[in-house]
Amino acid sequence: MSTDTHAAHADDHHHEGGHAHGTFSTYMLGFVLSVVLTAIPFWLVMSGTLPSKQITALVIMAFAVVQIVVHMIYFLHMNTTSENGWSMMALIFTIVMVVIALSGSLWVMSHLNSNMMPVHQMTGMK
Amino acid sequence: MSPDLLKLIFGRLGLESLPLHEPIVVGTFVVVALGGAALLGGLTYFRLWGYLWREWFTTVDHKRIGIMYMILGIVMLLRGFADALMMRGQQMLAFGGSEGYLNAHHYDQVFTAHGVIMIFFVAMPLVTGLMNYVVPLQIGARDVSFPFLNNFSFWMTVGGAVLVMASLFIGEFARTGWLAYPPLSNIGYSPDVGVDYYIWALQVAGVGTTLSGINLICTIVKLRCPGMTMMKMPVFTWTSLCTNVLIVASFPVLTVVLALLSLDRYVGTNFFTNDFGGSPMMYVNLIWIWGHPEVYILVLPAFGIFSEVTSTFSGKRLFGYTSMVYATVVITILSYLVWLHHFFTMGSGASVNSFFGITTMIISIPTGAKMFNWLFTMYRGRIRYELPMMWTIAFMLTFVIGGMTGVLLAVPPADFVLHNSLFLIAHFHNVIIGGVVFGAFAGINYWFPKAFGFKLDPFWGKMSFWFWVTGFYLAFMPLYVLGLMGVTRRLRVFDDPSLQIWFVIAAIGAVFVFIGILSMLMQFAVSLLKREQLKDVTGDPWDARTLEWATSSPPPDYNFAFTPVVHDNDAWWDMKKRGYQRPLTGFKPIHMPSSTGTGIILAGLATAMGFGLIWYIWWLAAVSFIAMLAVGIGHTFNYHRDFDIPAEDVIRTEDARTKLLAGAK
Repeated sequence: MSTDTHAAHADDHHHEGGHAHGTFSTYMLGFVLSVVLTAIPFWLVMSGTLPSKQITALVIMAFAVVQIVVHMIYFLHMNTTSENGWSMMALIFTIVMVVIALSGSLWVMSHLNSNMMPVHQMTGMK
Repeated sequence: MSPDLLKLIFGRLGLESLPLHEPIVVGTFVVVALGGAALLGGLTYFRLWGYLWREWFTTVDHKRIGIMYMILGIVMLLRGFADALMMRGQQMLAFGGSEGYLNAHHYDQVFTAHGVIMIFFVAMPLVTGLMNYVVPLQIGARDVSFPFLNNFSFWMTVGGAVLVMASLFIGEFARTGWLAYPPLSNIGYSPDVGVDYYIWALQVAGVGTTLSGINLICTIVKLRCPGMTMMKMPVFTWTSLCTNVLIVASFPVLTVVLALLSLDRYVGTNFFTNDFGGSPMMYVNLIWIWGHPEVYILVLPAFGIFSEVTSTFSGKRLFGYTSMVYATVVITILSYLVWLHHFFTMGSGASVNSFFGITTMIISIPTGAKMFNWLFTMYRGRIRYELPMMWTIAFMLTFVIGGMTGVLLAVPPADFVLHNSLFLIAHFHNVIIGGVVFGAFAGINYWFPKAFGFKLDPFWGKMSFWFWVTGFYLAFMPLYVLGLMGVTRRLRVFDDPSLQIWFVIAAIGAVFVFIGILSMLMQFAVSLLKREQLKDVTGDPWDARTLEWATSSPPPDYNFAFTPVVHDNDAWWDMKKRGYQRPLTGFKPIHMPSSTGTGIILAGLATAMGFGLIWYIWWLAAVSFIAMLAVGIGHTFNYHRDFDIPAEDVIRTEDARTKLLAGAK
């Protein structure tokens, strides 16, 4: 919050290390893309076009991932050079962490499930 | 009044919630109430409320917030240690048919509270406080990136601590162990308020921790002074950066797990229940995804402190700076790959267990590299055995033992024998006390003269050191023995009389540690009284190497009149070697953030909301929540966020320092 910081910050806007800014058209493009990416999964569920629930779920997950990317590019203005590359580095770190946590949990829980759950547990629960 | 109305107003809080039937708690309450009344009365009598409010509670100065974090940590240490003494006393006595003096209901709360308080409200505040105080000074900044957020984070941590403390006298605390595993922590098995206290204390404090993590990352990334590239940052700043990255990446997991648990408890979902598709194992899995990084969150800054202390008191540049940085980064990543070693025995099978066993063992490699770096820094150094260095040596000896028992526990077959035993208890106390607590004490003794302008008294410091270190070994080495003999943790009574002697030794150790803690309080008091003799006017009492020693002790509000320019890792050492002259003219007004009471008000409301949710006082929760939103939005209309320290004030402060320095020569 010192004056020096403000000065340095103001400078950032002038070279490519600073924040990226959106224009009206990029915001609109992002908006349209996210609406389309939201509408398609709804339609898939409502109409039941795909043969099985599992495939539908996987397709929706895929759309969700694309949706995240759209948000990051068009609304959070992330690219490889913004904030001197710190955004990109933070993104990579986040992806690594999320992948570790999700894949690790799935792996651990599936093993726990097959080793520890009684065989007829699902029917017994009804 | 009708019962319905009472219930509407007070929720499930009633007179029967007060633990009047527990003489120990009533006794404690009387003592605390008298002490508290004396403190409040004293503050009122000496008219200190205005001063405290203006200069401390509402401050956004990272240095004062850092000091307040340290005070919080030390106060909570007393509470957490009281729990430890009670446990050691109970386990020493409860032999040969004796039930000891704590009933099961009370004892279970004591060990839960001990763990929760020591990790969340002692270790975390001490570590955060040191980072808050030191990091901006080390990187030549005037404050953190978001000074108001810093104040708010601190008060949220206090809010969590207040809720835990309240549970002692109003209702009860969780009886589940410090991680509140379901199904025990589910509403069916823990219908009382204990687990709710646990959840909301950690949620309120967790907001503070996460925000302060974001704040410090931003500070380190954005506010370094000119010339300080990433690979020229002091090691403590590096370890702080990694710690805060870990905080930001892992605390949301804790928040989500606790939120899911509270949904189970409040609205009847089945995330972690035994039936209806719930899985308590998922809770254990998720909470350790947070829990393992948490131990590195605590110990990495301690590693940073030891690095600073070792190189300062050996009079040498740190050996292997680059390897130290890479070891820290590797530990940061690896700490996310080991969580399952906390539940090897839950049944994930050989393949999963071997993966996590091996990753755990791999962590000892970068840690070992650090240990050798410190040893090589000391090698052929001119070592001065001042207090910070003594704590560092004690750390190196103790932590290696703890590390080795850790590698032993990392072997899944060994873990099947030792898990849940006192061996585990001895191991993690060995690394947390030997690493984090000794690190915090090294840091306190090292940076105290920076914060207050006088050194800490060495006699009482050494008393504290020797009692702590011998007390630690007396208290925990017997637990290794007991653990190997198969004694499990959290037991209240024992049948086998041959075990008693070990518990007696451990209790004596706890008393030694108690004397160590009292000596430390004595050290503070004596140092305050002898502050003229212990005074340091140079701002650099240890002939140290990093930037925080370039400014006066205590530093002025603005830290540095001119932003320093850095050319070397050991920036201040380099400046001293090149015959650095303090600038005496050309001072300009300095732009600074203003104090604000919003942080403490918001945190107070959050605490009230937590209290309302704990006791089902829904109107209180709703009102505090709405008030929080209103105050938060109101704060955005506060345009008096900054001011300029006039150049005349800067000149006056700097001239006073010039006179002091001239007098010292």
